[in-house]
Amino acid sequence: MIEKLNPIFVFSFFKKKEKKKDIHAQDRFFYFFLKALSWSLIFLFFYMLFVIFQMSWPAFSHFGMNFFVNADWNSWTQSFGALSLVYGTVVTSILALLLAVPVSVGVALFLSELAPNWLAKPLSFIVEMLAAVPSIVYGLWGLFVLAPLLRDYIQAFLSKYFHFLPFFQGPYYGVGMMCGGVILAIMIIPTISSVCREVFRTIPKSNREAVLGLGATRWEMLKIAVLRGSSTGIIGAVIMGLGRALGETMAVTMVIGNAPSIKISLFEPAQTMASILANQYAEADNELHLASLTAVGFTLFFLSLIINILAFLLVWKMKRSTTGISSTKRFSSASRGPSLSGLDYTGKEKKE
Amino acid sequence: MKETKTLVKIQDLSASFFSIPVLKNIDLEIPIHKVVALIGPSGCGKSTFLRCLNRMHEEVSGAGIQGQVFLEGQNIYAPYIDPVLVRRKVGMVFQKPNPFPGLSIFDNVAVGLKLMGVKRKVLFERVENSLKQAALWDEVKDILKRQGTSLSGGQQQRLCIARTLAINPSVVLMDEPTSALDPISTARIEGLIRELKEKVTVIIVTHNMQQASRVSDKTAFLLSGELIEYGKTSQIFTNPSKGKTESYITGRFG
Ligand SMILES: Nc1ncnc2c1ncn2[C@@H]1O[C@H](COP(=O)(O)OP(=O)(O)O)[C@@H](O)[C@H]1O
Ligand SMILES: [Mg+2]
Repeated sequence: MIEKLNPIFVFSFFKKKEKKKDIHAQDRFFYFFLKALSWSLIFLFFYMLFVIFQMSWPAFSHFGMNFFVNADWNSWTQSFGALSLVYGTVVTSILALLLAVPVSVGVALFLSELAPNWLAKPLSFIVEMLAAVPSIVYGLWGLFVLAPLLRDYIQAFLSKYFHFLPFFQGPYYGVGMMCGGVILAIMIIPTISSVCREVFRTIPKSNREAVLGLGATRWEMLKIAVLRGSSTGIIGAVIMGLGRALGETMAVTMVIGNAPSIKISLFEPAQTMASILANQYAEADNELHLASLTAVGFTLFFLSLIINILAFLLVWKMKRSTTGISSTKRFSSASRGPSLSGLDYTGKEKKE
Repeated sequence: MKETKTLVKIQDLSASFFSIPVLKNIDLEIPIHKVVALIGPSGCGKSTFLRCLNRMHEEVSGAGIQGQVFLEGQNIYAPYIDPVLVRRKVGMVFQKPNPFPGLSIFDNVAVGLKLMGVKRKVLFERVENSLKQAALWDEVKDILKRQGTSLSGGQQQRLCIARTLAINPSVVLMDEPTSALDPISTARIEGLIRELKEKVTVIIVTHNMQQASRVSDKTAFLLSGELIEYGKTSQIFTNPSKGKTESYITGRFG
């Protein structure tokens, strides 16, 4: 072993074989190896897209565009439409964002700007750990703890005092769209807050000090330098959270009530695109049902893809505009002579 | 020679990071309506010194400070003084131009005024005046709605100067304001600094000896946190009284 590592030995090894010393052989090998890996990932991605589309083709060709407009999902009548599932997904996700965004931005602000180090470190660790809890555990907790809690306190309260709003009408059981939204909110808080913190970190310290230097209080500084300066990035973080909420399956399946219908009241049970897959895929017994489920999967895949690309672009743009661009612009002024003309300064000097 | 009033009086000022001294017993008097240059090798405490003058030093973790700084006769480290109010009297311009991202050129200048509660009616006038003082008005008067970060580096730095001037400080601190700029932009800002002293007192840190001699009336030389020499710029650069000063300005160390 030791001998092999000895460069002289390696050298003589090559000599014996009368080969030209090729010190870059490893480099080349790794280059091709990694290149092949990356390409196979890209291939896999498109292959998946293709297979899912192929499998869902019977549904698309049978229902046509009606698949997205029909709110009925019934395996007895063989009528499959995705509208109620899209509705359930959108409503729970929006509810999740409404709850999670203020909390996440607040947590990120506190952790990155206000909390002393000894508190920020463990606290941010705990927040990150929320993302590591398995989905099924959230689901169990949602079903046995959160749902009864919502039913006995929150929903009872809302139903009593806010029943004039269409969102809070009808009987309440705990499980339903509201419970799904709350669970999702808890699950996406770590995503949004950690991306937000990363975004805040791209804001140079001197920006904060410049705002303080103008006589701003700490809160005004956070508003002007941190929040305003990172609005694009925050939107990116929110969309990343949305991407996660759309695709979340197990926890939502357990608390949403699993009834494909379109109801205004958040107390009502519903079904999301992901939860119907988890619910019915195993027991789908004919081709059209199976193809319709796969078509729902394809729709979800496509939607998440677009959402994620959007989020990625926003965060990337934000990072570039706060770091890259200003440093390249800085030196371009010399070439843009006419508008700058250092001349009026020298002119004034002569007058004196 | 005309006797000038002292605007800032620094008395026995010491500063530290995590109990490691960075500034040691500095005594200095800054005359009003003059430009004072601060020179010295990297790490000697120039930035820290500036930041002690607008109470920004204490914003950093581990920072410690002793001594007094009198601004117009008032000790800014007196316990009842609000640092927020000190910073309105003592403006600061940073090494890297840093317009606020997400804000228009107009808003970049207006933001400090809004913080002070300046009325909307006079806001535009004040912004225009500040941009004129910073010799930027002619270049930006038609594009006030554009992002501040879309300007060139030199223009961005003048925008930062305008935003500092907008709130009418009596002292402006500049920490290597041209070290990230090209020569033409640098020349413009140097010209600007000389005009500014009609209205404000400027304390500027620079690594460029020529710049110090071009723009300043007085020069202070710092070395390892100690004030080695302080005097008229012409005298410091032609006939320094300390050997260390001479070695530094002739480039023998630092
Ligand atoms: N945030 C900080 N924490 C700890 N030490 C610091 C910090 N900032 C500066 N220092 C130290 O203080 C000394 C003076 O720094 P500074 O005032 O920035 O010097 P200069 O501006 O003259 O280059 C340096 O030795 C530097 O390492
Ligand atoms: Mg410095």
